[in-house]
Amino acid sequence: MNYLDNFILIALPYLALAVFLIGTIYRYTNRKFQFSSLSSEFLEGRRLFYGSVPFHWGILFVFCGHLLAFAVPKAVLAWNSQPVRLLILEITGFIFAISMLVGLINLIIRRYTTARLKPVSNIMDLVVYILLLLQTIAGLWIAYNFRWGSSWFSTILTPYLYSIFKLQPDTSAVILLPWVVKLHIATAFIIIGIIPFSRLVHMLVLPLNYLWRPYQQVMWYWNRKKVRSSQTPWSLQRPKNT
Amino acid sequence: MDVRSQIAMVFHLDKCIGCHTCSIACKNIWTDRKGAEYMWWNNVETKPGTGYPTKWEDQDIYKGGWEKKNGKINLKGAGKRRGLVNIFYNPNLPVIDDYYEPFTYKYLDLIESPEGDDQPTARPVSLVTGKPIDIKMGPNWDDDLGGTPDYARNDPNMKNISPEEQEVMFQLEKMAFFYLPRICNHCLNPACVASCPSGAIYKRGEDGIVLINQQVCRAWRMCVTACPYKKSYYNWYTGKSEKCILCYPRIEAGLAPACMHSCVGRIRYLGVLLYDASKIEQAASVDEKDLVKSQLDIILDPFDENVIRAAKENGIADSTIHAAQFSPVYKFVKKWGLALPLHPEFRTLPMLFYVPPLLPVMATVKKVDNKEQSDKMHPAAKKWNDNWLYDTSTEELWGSLDQIRFPLKYIASLFSAGDEEMIKDKWKKLMAVRIHRRRVTVGDVSNEKAEEVLRDAGIDAETADAIYALTSLPKFEERFVIPAAHREQAIEMMDFTGDTKGDTGFGIKSQVKRGI
Repeated sequence: MNYLDNFILIALPYLALAVFLIGTIYRYTNRKFQFSSLSSEFLEGRRLFYGSVPFHWGILFVFCGHLLAFAVPKAVLAWNSQPVRLLILEITGFIFAISMLVGLINLIIRRYTTARLKPVSNIMDLVVYILLLLQTIAGLWIAYNFRWGSSWFSTILTPYLYSIFKLQPDTSAVILLPWVVKLHIATAFIIIGIIPFSRLVHMLVLPLNYLWRPYQQVMWYWNRKKVRSSQTPWSLQRPKNT
Repeated sequence: MDVRSQIAMVFHLDKCIGCHTCSIACKNIWTDRKGAEYMWWNNVETKPGTGYPTKWEDQDIYKGGWEKKNGKINLKGAGKRRGLVNIFYNPNLPVIDDYYEPFTYKYLDLIESPEGDDQPTARPVSLVTGKPIDIKMGPNWDDDLGGTPDYARNDPNMKNISPEEQEVMFQLEKMAFFYLPRICNHCLNPACVASCPSGAIYKRGEDGIVLINQQVCRAWRMCVTACPYKKSYYNWYTGKSEKCILCYPRIEAGLAPACMHSCVGRIRYLGVLLYDASKIEQAASVDEKDLVKSQLDIILDPFDENVIRAAKENGIADSTIHAAQFSPVYKFVKKWGLALPLHPEFRTLPMLFYVPPLLPVMATVKKVDNKEQSDKMHPAAKKWNDNWLYDTSTEELWGSLDQIRFPLKYIASLFSAGDEEMIKDKWKKLMAVRIHRRRVTVGDVSNEKAEEVLRDAGIDAETADAIYALTSLPKFEERFVIPAAHREQAIEMMDFTGDTKGDTGFGIKSQVKRGI
C-alpha cells in the first residue's frame, strides 16, 4: 500500500506536471494547428447546448473553487468560520458540480448517439470523458460524504500541494485521507498529464486577449512608410509590422 | 487622411447568366477537400430566393453584421461581451443543415453489383458520415426558383413587400428573377475580424484581402455568426474557419482570381480603390439611409493630387496608384455611380459592388383585350383566354418604372438599404445608355428623345459611350486592373510568408485530430 501511496502522491504529480509542461510547449510550438478543441457544434447544434453550457460553467466554478482553496487557504478558512457562510460555499460548489456532471453526461450521450459526430471523435475523447466522469463523481462523493471539503482542503491538501511545488513532498497528512480522496488526487494529476495529448488544450488558449485588442486588425508585410523611403537601408532585418 | 488601397470588385448583374462556372472554378481550386465539401466560397443565388445558407439575409435568425445602438455600432451576434459569454456554446451558429449535408453517390455499385433482376442504382451517401442519406438539400437547391415559388416567397427581402404585391410578383406570366453571384466582400469594416476572439482573422494592409490564419484559429466560430453574408465557413473536419481568399496567390502574381477569370458572362470587374481608413468607423456609424453615400464618400479620387501625395506618404506604391486610376471599379462605383454594395445596412462596408439588374424589370405586363386577336385564329387552334400583353419594348421604361413587374422595393432592399430613388437613378442611367446606343447603332430613336433621356439620367453621350464600352466590349486587361506585384518588397525569398502572416486556409499539411 505504501508503494502505491508514494506513487500516487509523489511520483504521479511530478510525472504529470513534467509531461504537461514539456508536452504543451512541444504541441504549441510544433503542432499549433491542433491547439484547440475540435468543435462539433456545426454538426450537431441543439443537444450540445444542454451538455456544453452546464458542463463548462460548472467546471469553471468548481475549478476556481479548488484554485481559491489552494491560493488563499487562510481566507477560505476565515470565510468558513461561520457555519452559514460555510454552507453557502459548500452548497454553491455542490450545485456547480452537479451541473458539471449533468452536462458531462449529456455530452457523452450526445457524442456516442449522433452519427455525424463519429468522424470527428477519437480515442482520446473517450479517455477524457471517462477521466472527467470518474473525477466528477469522486468529487461529488467526497463533498457529500467527507464534509466539509473546503475547510479540510485548505488545511490538508493545500500544504501538500505547496510541498509538491517546493520539491519537498510531504505526504504525512494526505496519506491518512480515505482512498476516494486519493483517487480524486490521482485522477486530477492524470488529467493534467493528458492535457497536451487531448482536446483539453483548448482551455490553455482561452482568448482573454480579445478583451483589450482593437476590433479591427490590419497586417502588413512591411512598414510601408519605411520601406518606401530611400533612406531605409536594405537589410535582412525587416522593418517591423505596424 | 490615412490612404489605403483595396482590391474591390464590381459585378454587372445584367450580364450574369447564372451558369455557376465561377463557383466550379473556385470549388475545384480551393474547397475540394474533406470538411470543405459543403463550402462555396463563391456561390450564385437566384433572387428572389432563400440563398445559401438558407435565409442568410435574415439577421433576426443569424445575428450577423453590426447594429447601431445609441449612436454607436456593435456586433449584433458576437463581440467582446457576447462572444466571450457565449464561448461555450454559440447560440447563433448556423449548422450544417442550414447549408446542406454534402453527399456523393456510390457509383461503384453500378459496376460491382452482382447480376440481378433490377438495375443497380448509385445511392447517395453522406460525405460526413459515409452512410446513405436522403438528400434534403444540395448546392443551388433553389436555383431558378427551384421549380416552386416556396423558395422565392421565403426570401427575407420580401418582408417589406405586401402580400398583394407578392401575389402580383409571382403570377406565372409576371414571374422574373435574376442571379446574384456572391463571394467574400473583403469589407472595410469586417465583422468577422472584429468577432474573432483569437485574433486569427486580419485584413491585409497591402490589398485589403481578409484572411484567416489557420494556425491561430481556435474554432470559437464567432466569425461564422458575425459575417452577415455568411461567407466565413467552419470546416468541421479540421476545426478551423475558412473563407474566400480572393485567390491572393493569383492576385500577387498578377492574375485574376479564378472566379473572375472563368466568368463566362464577363460580368466581373476587379481593380484598386483608394480609401480613407481614418473614416471607416465614422462611415459605418451613420444612419441607415446615408450608409451607401457615406461608404462611397470614403473612397478617394485617385487623380486628386492631395490623395496621390497622401497615398505616397503612406507607402502606397506608384503601380498601385496607377492601377487605381485605371480601375474599372472606380469608374462603375464613383465616376458613373452605377454600382451599389449588397445589403449596406449590415454596416460592414463591403467592397464588392453590384450594378443592379435592369433586365428583369425591362418587360412590363399590360392588360389588353386579346379577344379580337384570338377570334382571328383557326377554330382548331388553342384558344388563349388571357388578357395580358408581355411588353418588352424598351422605350417606355420611363413612365413605367413604378409599375414594373419586379417591385423596386425588392431591389432596393438588396442594394440600397431600401432607398428606391437610388435604384431608380441607376436604372435610368442604364436605360439611357441603351437608348443612346440604339440611336447610334440602329437609328430608330430620335435625337431629341435620346438627348432628353440622357439629360434626365444625368449623363452625357460621351459617358454613355464609355459605360457602353466597358460594359459590352471590355478586354481582359480592362476588366481586371491588378497592380503589379512588387518583387523587391516580396518576402518569400527570405522568409516563409506563414511566419509573418500565417497559413490562410486552403489545404493543410498538419494532422487534424486533437489527440494522439
